[in-house]
Amino acid sequence: MKALHIGRVAAVLTVGALALTACGTDNVVSPGNGGTSAATTGPTVTGTLTGTGASSISAAMDAWKAGFESANTGAKIQYSPEGSGAGRKALIAGAVQFAGSDAYLSDDELTAAKAKCGPDGAINVPWYISPIAVAFNVPGVKDLKLDADTIAKIFRGDIKNWNDAAIKASNPSVTLPDLAITPVHRSDNSGTTQNFTDYLGAAAKTVWSDKASGDWPAALAGENAKGTSGVVKTVTETAGAVTYADDSAVTDALGKAELKVGDSYVKVTAEAAAKAVDASKVVEGRNPNDLSLKLDRTTTVAGAYPAVLVSYGVFCAHYPDTATTDLVKSFGTFVLSTEGQKQAAAAAKSAPLSAALAAKAKAAIDSISVAK
Amino acid sequence: MFSGAALGAGALIVAVLFAVALFLIVQALPTFSAPAADITGGKGFFSYIFPIVIGTLIAATIALLIATPIGVAVALFISHYAPRKLARGLGYVVDLLAAIPSVIYGAWGASFLASELKVPYQWLADNLGWIPIFAGPASSTGKTILTAGIVLAVMVLPIIASLTREIFLQAPMLHQEAALALGATRWEMIRMAVLPFARGGIISAVMLGLGRALGETMAVALVLSSGPLIASLIRSGNQTIAAEIALDFPEAFGLRMHELIAAGLVLFLITLGVNMVARWIINRHKEFSGAN
Repeated sequence: MKALHIGRVAAVLTVGALALTACGTDNVVSPGNGGTSAATTGPTVTGTLTGTGASSISAAMDAWKAGFESANTGAKIQYSPEGSGAGRKALIAGAVQFAGSDAYLSDDELTAAKAKCGPDGAINVPWYISPIAVAFNVPGVKDLKLDADTIAKIFRGDIKNWNDAAIKASNPSVTLPDLAITPVHRSDNSGTTQNFTDYLGAAAKTVWSDKASGDWPAALAGENAKGTSGVVKTVTETAGAVTYADDSAVTDALGKAELKVGDSYVKVTAEAAAKAVDASKVVEGRNPNDLSLKLDRTTTVAGAYPAVLVSYGVFCAHYPDTATTDLVKSFGTFVLSTEGQKQAAAAAKSAPLSAALAAKAKAAIDSISVAK
Repeated sequence: MFSGAALGAGALIVAVLFAVALFLIVQALPTFSAPAADITGGKGFFSYIFPIVIGTLIAATIALLIATPIGVAVALFISHYAPRKLARGLGYVVDLLAAIPSVIYGAWGASFLASELKVPYQWLADNLGWIPIFAGPASSTGKTILTAGIVLAVMVLPIIASLTREIFLQAPMLHQEAALALGATRWEMIRMAVLPFARGGIISAVMLGLGRALGETMAVALVLSSGPLIASLIRSGNQTIAAEIALDFPEAFGLRMHELIAAGLVLFLITLGVNMVARWIINRHKEFSGAN
């Protein structure tokens, strides 16, 4: 009888302990004692922050990790690039304190996140922008103006030669060679493919019927290669080849297409990408601090480049203890700071967030607080 | 004491193998119970796995067709033809080839070999295009299953060459001297006294090479421009199980992850099957080996 009683107490204690560690604090190695100071004002924080998610940001994350850890000697960031889906799942399950994801949490996932993150659920904060260039290897041609329909037809294999009338029509001053087009796509699952196919699906509705996906549609012919560097290399070595890739990785040997936006053509630049992201609306009906962006691929804002990848940091709105909260806020603030964005741009050649968006994102990070 | 340690080592191997098999089966199970429409491709697991099984076998077959004759010839040259000094140096070089990491082979295949093969592939398509395996249009990047097979052949070659070399060196000297004394030329002697003795060993070496070819991941992932199953070896297309897993696992979760593990299970079973067949062949040939 007495044993049973003790067992009951133990069970209650265990449940209590589980509830306390709810929002993914199970991986926290002793938060230390420096975590009480307000992170946003600059004092150093200590402890370990664990995250998982998109592999697209791993280069940037390495830079952020190094920068953050050197500014906060007692702090440690652990990030395992296991994929966006795995990251979102791990955050919902409370296994990590933050996730990196190339897509924001869906409504269902937000609801599911309430179990571990508390009634306010999780928030998505954009922290990494990468413009996707359409890069081609056409001898003698460095600049082409293309609309979304033409690009979609090229990648579907409907337009087979560079001297096709559709390409000529928008480039009257360019001498286009009689050269077969070889579309090259990513062989691995990637956020770049996901965003590029999303762009084609939205901007070239009539031509591109496939759903946006991290895997290139299997039914489409074409060459492929592994990773951004792989496709760029393959295109560089193959006359007539064309691919889509993070703008930063495209070398000067290749030409880049200007996309038709509204009635004019826009060059791929970090500023143009940031502008397209600024022109996007925040998804409504979510936590007021959530910055999920409905990327407007068909935007007509002058100078905006809509083929862009936005990666999110996904955080709980509330964390159960002060130490974790401070650590998360301190890290988020660092990533979104001019310095953090600059480091990512240097390491991963991403496009820094615009000042306006960075301020909004910073406000979202500031809203994270200790659960009451 | 010693027999205990040996027994422990043996048991450990079996235990590890069993644990791997168990993990694969448990993790793969959700794939088999999932509705067909949810599997990649939307037509069930069989139609998903079939093309990449065939692709794996095609790549491995090309590799062995190229590597086996060359490997055996290299081994014979080292063991029976080359002057002793040269033989030793050559032996080291061959062994060194086996130590190069596969990602290096992959990078070499993707950035050098593939572009060198563009022209030959174009020629094949123009002149031998009526043979289905050389049907055009030839790949414009050269990154085809044939290129992948050639890279695999280079990787498998040192395994076959160094193992068969050891076997050839063990061929009974008395038999060889007897053959020579009866007036056989060196090539006749090799055919009568060395090759029959080494037959089982050659098959084992080839099977070990096949194991590497089947399971090779990084080199194929880098070299091959994958796609749906096609007969032509000089167009981009086909995919191998190992490369498929390597390319998609980093971003896979949920059912997709179980699918890839199921693909791994299939590869495991293929390798197991190949090894069992090899054992059976070796046992059948033992009695004719000439060694006894």
